Amino acid sequence: MKTFVPIAVVVAALALVPAFVDSNVVLNFLIVTLMVALAGQGWNILGGYGGQYSFGHAAFFGTGAYMTAILQVRCGVNAWIGFACGVAAGAIAGAIIGGLAFRAGLRSSYFALVTLAFAEVLRILASVTPVTGAGVGILINLDLRAVSFQFQSRAMFYFAILALVAISLAVTQLIERSRFGAWLIAVRENEDAAQALGVDAFRVKLGAMIVSAAITAAAGCFYAQYFLFIDAGIGYGTWISIEALLTPIIGGVGAAFGPLLGALMVKSLGETAKLITGDAPGLDLMIYGAVLVLVIRFAPRGLVGALADMREYLARRFLSPRKRALAAHG
Amino acid sequence: MAEPLLAVENVSCRFGGLLAVDAATLSAPAARITALIGPNGAGKTTLFSMISGFLKPTTGRVLFDGENVTGEPPHRLARRGVARTFQVVQPFARLTVRDNILVGAHLRHRARAAALAMAEQVGRDVGLGEMLDRPAHTMTIAGRKRLELARALATEPKLLLLDEVLAGLNPSEIRDVIPTIRALSTRGIAVIMIEHVMQAVMSLAEHVFVLAEGRIIAEGSPARVVADPAVVAAYLGHGAADKVRSAHAH
Amino acid sequence: MLDCAPPLATDDVLSPLILITAALNGLMTGSIYALVALGLTLIYGVLHIINFAHGALLSAALFAAFLVWQKLGIDPYLAAVFLAPTFFALGYALQRFIVGPASRGDDRNMLLVTLGLGVLIENALLYEFHADTRTVELAYGFKTIDFGFTFLAVSRVISFAAVFAVTLVLWAFMRLTDTGKAIRAVAVEKLGAELAGIDVAHVYAIAFGIGTACIAVAACLLIPNYYVNPSAGNAFVLIAFTVVVLGGMGSVLGALIGGLLIGVVESLGGFFFGESLGQIGIFLIFIVVLLVRPRGLFGASA
Repeated sequence: MKTFVPIAVVVAALALVPAFVDSNVVLNFLIVTLMVALAGQGWNILGGYGGQYSFGHAAFFGTGAYMTAILQVRCGVNAWIGFACGVAAGAIAGAIIGGLAFRAGLRSSYFALVTLAFAEVLRILASVTPVTGAGVGILINLDLRAVSFQFQSRAMFYFAILALVAISLAVTQLIERSRFGAWLIAVRENEDAAQALGVDAFRVKLGAMIVSAAITAAAGCFYAQYFLFIDAGIGYGTWISIEALLTPIIGGVGAAFGPLLGALMVKSLGETAKLITGDAPGLDLMIYGAVLVLVIRFAPRGLVGALADMREYLARRFLSPRKRALAAHG
Repeated sequence: MAEPLLAVENVSCRFGGLLAVDAATLSAPAARITALIGPNGAGKTTLFSMISGFLKPTTGRVLFDGENVTGEPPHRLARRGVARTFQVVQPFARLTVRDNILVGAHLRHRARAAALAMAEQVGRDVGLGEMLDRPAHTMTIAGRKRLELARALATEPKLLLLDEVLAGLNPSEIRDVIPTIRALSTRGIAVIMIEHVMQAVMSLAEHVFVLAEGRIIAEGSPARVVADPAVVAAYLGHGAADKVRSAHAH
Repeated sequence: MLDCAPPLATDDVLSPLILITAALNGLMTGSIYALVALGLTLIYGVLHIINFAHGALLSAALFAAFLVWQKLGIDPYLAAVFLAPTFFALGYALQRFIVGPASRGDDRNMLLVTLGLGVLIENALLYEFHADTRTVELAYGFKTIDFGFTFLAVSRVISFAAVFAVTLVLWAFMRLTDTGKAIRAVAVEKLGAELAGIDVAHVYAIAFGIGTACIAVAACLLIPNYYVNPSAGNAFVLIAFTVVVLGGMGSVLGALIGGLLIGVVESLGGFFFGESLGQIGIFLIFIVVLLVRPRGLFGASA
């Protein structure tokens, strides 16, 4: 129970925001930021903790979004059930893609390539098949009632996405402290050595992929409910693949709060840039690309890593050897 | 005589045109120390890889604890009780010593608290008690070798394959590690060690196999093997053989 | 992908001549895929990284060729002569000062850095030039050569010949010059090459530069028959990735044969099934090859 205190504190602090903030613009910004953070939380499980870098997480985002949209619009299914199905669909997509890729023993660059390819195939398919609305996309009917997972007030949407993020944080923390998590991290550090210690690397990676896909799919489902529109470029576009990996990398891979921190930083950066130079297409992604390069160059372990390095540096400079050792235990 | 814990029967490994191991047969009894020696490139590590599941034998079979385990993947063999260390140490560099050993301990202990307790115990047994919180990449080579050993021990193996665990250690470090290895057989763990440090082989091993160019060319007690002319010709050389023999006689 | 004819109605007579022409067009398109793939496979063979910025660099080269034509009136084929060295220098600088130092030899970091660069370049182009598509109008753009049994576009024939010329030059460079030998040494055994006194960072940068120069030449050959916009390069390069994976990472022969093969498959596929499905077909080949035989036709075992 003790390990969940930091999460509870952060979530509680964030939950207080609507009490002080009235502006829809700011709330919208926070909602989108939290949604991207959620997608990043998903990526972080597979990429940060598992060390398998997927360049095609859009495959799960889009699958979640499309599944819930199609079920609501074409089959009249309730939005909440649609949400659950969207998450399940994402998990299944993760199982298929992960199963194929890991069974084939794909690692590193090849894994990144194949995930990219899968996302692209889904994007093209979604842009031509009628069930996904082909080039036009799908519009979810406006129905501002809680039972349809739509809300009059933006604050409610904010709480919804915050709840999802809180759940993903708890899941991440649980994994971190579990045997599965220890095995996953071991596979990341050295797959062969892990296998020699009894870790079934395939099952561990596949499990991580499924959880990762489910969480990112949830972000996609939320997108569909909030914006009420989805098309191939939005659901399966490279923008979300990039943002899903960017937020953990910048915030700190393999750290539970990494994606949240990263999302706040990255989105703030994007908004500031837009305020200064105007909202031209390509500006935000251009900045994200530059930030990615700079972060890898100067702070490869992201913000969390940089903070840890700074703490270590300060400890070395100012603490006695005994205090240093005590600090290292903490 | 009791069934050996490990029986490797006529095992070969072919990589394309190269026959790395040629019809090798060896065995290791439970709770005893066996050595595997031979010149570099003889195929010793390849043999270890086949026993631990990292390579599939082209022919032959591997029997462990009475069961045919030929070709099973490494993690399955680890669960059966076969643990190995690597010739080039493979620590989980960014994790602490404790967290490294924890991964091994988790094999038999699902709960984190129990696994942590096990990890700390094994760490202390192996002499790493003071360094449990250090990141693995800050350890010296001797420390990393102990860590490698600790990790493998934490899986509570019945058979431990040590691949040149003494390589890179200075004489005093070697002297410090030998009792730890000897203690393994007291704990009931069978050990097969690939080793070039002949003094260690002579003082630790009860049975020795000699591998040269992929083939077992001799086996027997350390004294007998060291006197074997084929072994002297293929590996030891006369000068070294004499030195080892006289050192061991005292 | 390129200006393919729309799929024929099924009751049209499919004379073998039409199929042969489609196949020949495929070969010529394929030669350009091969050139782009050549750059990619060279970079992979030497640096052992997949350059995710390859597509964005191709877009940048297309824009460069376009601007040179628009502002200076220079024919793209001529522009290749000075765009190639310019892009060589660009590639050299990128690897030497950005990718190399940022990645510190870690595979995963290299992936991310090239991805970041690619996103940066592509969106910088988007920001600067917007998404509208431009094309180049050339005097001989629609001229064809009469080969007796069929007509083939002049520009395509030129690019086919040019690709082979470039490949020959590269092959000679790698075999006969000291730099080429150094590159091959580093590709095979980096540590040994370093110990032998070869400046590995310099060689890496040269390899990256050559790969980028190939892109520049390909852009110049491509532009008479293709369009220019910020995402054009990426669309093209995903096919180049397929070629490299099919032909085998690091294999020059594989890039050539794979490129020609994919070009023909795409042409005939698009002919029968329409463009979008043709694209999916290529991706599916990509995925299947990755899953079943990642080292491709001629690549070394992973």
